[in-house]
Amino acid sequence: MITNRITEHPVLSVPEPSEVVFYWNKTPMKARKGEMISSALVANGVKVFGHHHKDGTGQGIFCANGQCSKCLVLANGLPVKSCMTAVKSNMVVESVDGLPRLPEAVAGAEIQDIEEIEVPVLIIGGGPAGLSAALEMARFGIKALIVDDKNELGGKLVLQTHKFFGSVEDSHAGTRGNQIGRQLAQEAGENPNLTVWTDSTVLFVFKDKKVGILKAGEYKLVKPQTILNAAGAREKFLRFPGNHLPGIYGAGAFQTLVNRDLVRPSQRLFIVGGGNVGLIAGYHALQAGIPVAGLVEALPQCGGYKVHADKIKRLGIPIYTSHTVLSANGKETLESVTIVKVDERFRPIPGTEKTFACDTLLIAVGLNSIDEFTSETEKAGIPVFAAGDALEIAEASSAMFNGKIAGLKVARFLGAPTGEVPEEWYKKAQVLKSHPGAVQPQTFSEVEEGVMPNIHCLQEIPCNPCTTVCPKKSISTKDGTLMGLPVFNGECIGCGQCVLICPGLAITLVDYRKDPETPEVTVPYEVFNYPVKVGESVKCVDIDGNLLGEFEVSTVQSNSKIKTQLVKIRVPREIAKRVVSFRIQDEEASQPLEKVVMPERTPDDSFLCLCERVKVKEVRELIRQGVRDINQIKAVTRAGMGSCGSKTCELMVKQLFREEGVPLEEVTSNTKRPLFVEVPLGVFAGMKEGGER
Amino acid sequence: MTQKHYDVIVIGAGSLGVPTALALAESGASVLVIEPNASVGQLSNKKAIGGIRATHSDYGKIKVCQRSIEIFSTWKEKNGDDIGWLSNGYAYPAYNEKDEKKLKDLMKIQLSHGLNIRWISPEELSVLAPGIRMEGLRGSTFSPEDGSASPLLSTNAFYFKSLKKGAEYRFHERVTAMKTEGNRIVEVVTDKGSYSAGTVVNAAGAYAADIGKMIGLNLPVMPDNHEAAITEPVERFLGPMIVDMRPGPRSLNYYFYQNNEGQVVFCITPEPAILGVDNDNTSEYFPLVAKRMVELYPRLAQLRVRRSWRGQYPNTPDGFPLVGESREYVNFVNNIGACGQGYMLGPGMGELTARIVLKRLSEDDHKILKSFDPYREFSGMELFK
Repeated sequence: MITNRITEHPVLSVPEPSEVVFYWNKTPMKARKGEMISSALVANGVKVFGHHHKDGTGQGIFCANGQCSKCLVLANGLPVKSCMTAVKSNMVVESVDGLPRLPEAVAGAEIQDIEEIEVPVLIIGGGPAGLSAALEMARFGIKALIVDDKNELGGKLVLQTHKFFGSVEDSHAGTRGNQIGRQLAQEAGENPNLTVWTDSTVLFVFKDKKVGILKAGEYKLVKPQTILNAAGAREKFLRFPGNHLPGIYGAGAFQTLVNRDLVRPSQRLFIVGGGNVGLIAGYHALQAGIPVAGLVEALPQCGGYKVHADKIKRLGIPIYTSHTVLSANGKETLESVTIVKVDERFRPIPGTEKTFACDTLLIAVGLNSIDEFTSETEKAGIPVFAAGDALEIAEASSAMFNGKIAGLKVARFLGAPTGEVPEEWYKKAQVLKSHPGAVQPQTFSEVEEGVMPNIHCLQEIPCNPCTTVCPKKSISTKDGTLMGLPVFNGECIGCGQCVLICPGLAITLVDYRKDPETPEVTVPYEVFNYPVKVGESVKCVDIDGNLLGEFEVSTVQSNSKIKTQLVKIRVPREIAKRVVSFRIQDEEASQPLEKVVMPERTPDDSFLCLCERVKVKEVRELIRQGVRDINQIKAVTRAGMGSCGSKTCELMVKQLFREEGVPLEEVTSNTKRPLFVEVPLGVFAGMKEGGER
Repeated sequence: MTQKHYDVIVIGAGSLGVPTALALAESGASVLVIEPNASVGQLSNKKAIGGIRATHSDYGKIKVCQRSIEIFSTWKEKNGDDIGWLSNGYAYPAYNEKDEKKLKDLMKIQLSHGLNIRWISPEELSVLAPGIRMEGLRGSTFSPEDGSASPLLSTNAFYFKSLKKGAEYRFHERVTAMKTEGNRIVEVVTDKGSYSAGTVVNAAGAYAADIGKMIGLNLPVMPDNHEAAITEPVERFLGPMIVDMRPGPRSLNYYFYQNNEGQVVFCITPEPAILGVDNDNTSEYFPLVAKRMVELYPRLAQLRVRRSWRGQYPNTPDGFPLVGESREYVNFVNNIGACGQGYMLGPGMGELTARIVLKRLSEDDHKILKSFDPYREFSGMELFK
């Protein structure tokens, strides 16, 4: 029996098995109590959850976020999104092959009136922005209802096992995202001014100023005085032949499976996109014990923080810049991916193709604000505020801070004596969402005695916990700002606090005191599911992952609270300052296949709309015929008419217009209609979703 | 400024305008369609749920819809593109004596017009619509030759074919005035230009009366709003369009069917009517329609609703369209006031309107047009709307 469960993790604690039995197409399988069906299936090695009714191709996990229907299964006869439905003991789960059968009526379900509830503030989304906003307005006695579609507050913070950037006082820098999430969730849960509805999805903001919400399977109408949209973002998708194969999905979906549900969906991974999301996903994969064959980025340089890129390069994940995905290959599921180098105009350069075996391809090519709640609220004439990714895509540290600002604004709007938002808050918010600056060349101090930190942080990013933590106050940023590069100047006692707190794992200690010719280098390490032992040799690397030699580990210090190990290695003096880490992934894991797999399909055979299986060529043809209304494209091809409601294809259709030389000002966008997610009809008649089964 | 001249200008690219343009272009006329939206069928046309029936109560509608059904049902065979036609029929179940009598009386008229309609037993209906409430069910009409198609696909199919036949369309362009000389319209002015035409056809749907006002005509078309929705697709389980004609709380009838994609599409008639044009959804619709549908058809409770929308019925005082030449302006023709049946009437009415414009009306056409006479008394009321 396959068990794709993560049994050890350097950061997350692995829950007790508490296994329940369920049946997948009649085969008994084991699940963790309360986990989502999709994760239980992945844990049991199931990749294909069904077959699409249009072309019979396989479907599986895609958004893992309740937004699409690609993970549809039958649970006790009912078609459900497996990523949003908890598995139950003895549940009969079946694949959906073609169209599902409409279940028989549920006995005893009663038609009832819909409850209407008035609230001062409705906060859509209990992630970093929503929770920070809620806590801020609650300070002024404002009562708010927080609605979140997951069963736990915290949003994507819950998935972030890495330490946060930003500053300690404003955005919990140096603390791991999941800890911050839990802390905020607890504070919100205990605050008497805040009401929390988890497992609850906002379906639409209606013209009559009422908001339809599916509250844990029951329909409610909420009438707020104001709404804060903190619904976050959704992942962008890419078109390439084979993009429909099961095994291709967003990095966010991957983090959900790996870091929330502790299942291992992949035996070997490939990643598209060198932004922070893609880079971090690579790191999280290694922490979950999943080999990563490589990462491609179409631009000549990764857009994410250099420290994130450096971190995965050092551990042995190759990053291919100026490369893109040519095709995803496989019959029923993903088997390999072919990448190609691109020229400055992003055109593939023939002859540069490489194919990597992998069963999972993560798409991390950017995020798109969930702004429809804002626009629909505006249309309904309800005053609306927005925060976090729903306002503007940025790091979670920025979301927490602009959430706080939004919280104050909402309180002020409702008449609380808050005063104006302080000018410096806006300035800070601006800094926190800064894009990384240019990379500075690495320089080393000439001093080779005593003990001192070596800071391998060469790109300005909004981050300074190293300056806060040093007991001797010997680290400061160049110009004293959050963005400035940190420099060491002063006394070092070798305590290692800066090494432990640095979210970029970019600080080492070099200690010349015992043996100046063979100093001891202390490096941070938090992938200890690849364990290192005293006496073993490790492949030491520099900032870019270049091999400096193999040297013996002298000490491994664990820190159960911070969950970062300090690994000490004695290395020759000449290279001591350049050692940042050591390689852990075997080169074999990132070797391309000997034979390149060239795509069987053309780029225009890739899918633009996965829900309705609409190909790029169908839409391109209409554009070339003169169609300029996305509503008409939808009418003719059904692109955007599927269960996700054009959440995935809308941007890709617009991209295609641009590619065809049509300015977007000439293009009419598709009209947004209720509902944002599908809901059983009976729910609107006052019945509980799924009935009393 | 030199004006471009056309044989015919059609105002409105919707359920009636597009088929009219197609029929005219097919007969060789030069046609310009002016439409304020970005593409065809963007107002009430795409809001139609797609039901197409010939089983009406009067000669005109029956004949026009019979021709429409012929066009819809043979479109794929003749033109190659799938417009989602499904010969699924209509059923009007009766749950009380009064409705049963009303339906059976009407059937006599329908049968006299040669329509294929019959009375079926509750058991027969439960085979066609498994899971429908049997308690109190007295039987149902069933008209198997009626059917459904996709308004989105068919209107676009008509549009693309009309383009091939030479019709021109100006989207994002709104008619702002019509200049007249004596009893003729000499110029159609838009926010972007002006055009002249031998004949001007008003096919402006919910906005038909506004077009009339531009030349001082008082066209009795008053839109009201209806909300509809569509579900996820499921394996075929439902045969005909089900029309529950009983009034309920804050509503009159409602109807639903399973389309060619497997999705159930449904719509309800609000009572009192929501007059005017208002395309924004309110929170009232779902609970209203869901309670009634689930009560009639408990199985539907499990079916997941995907999307909803609102559109207009361009109503006339008696429920019949206004189609024909204007007395005031000899080159102005109305094809308006379809009262929510524009989609099913469209192809047949388009051809009929083309024959009006081209002065090729047959004797039977004159008989058909009697019901649609724009100058009628509006004393009666459509028996079976």
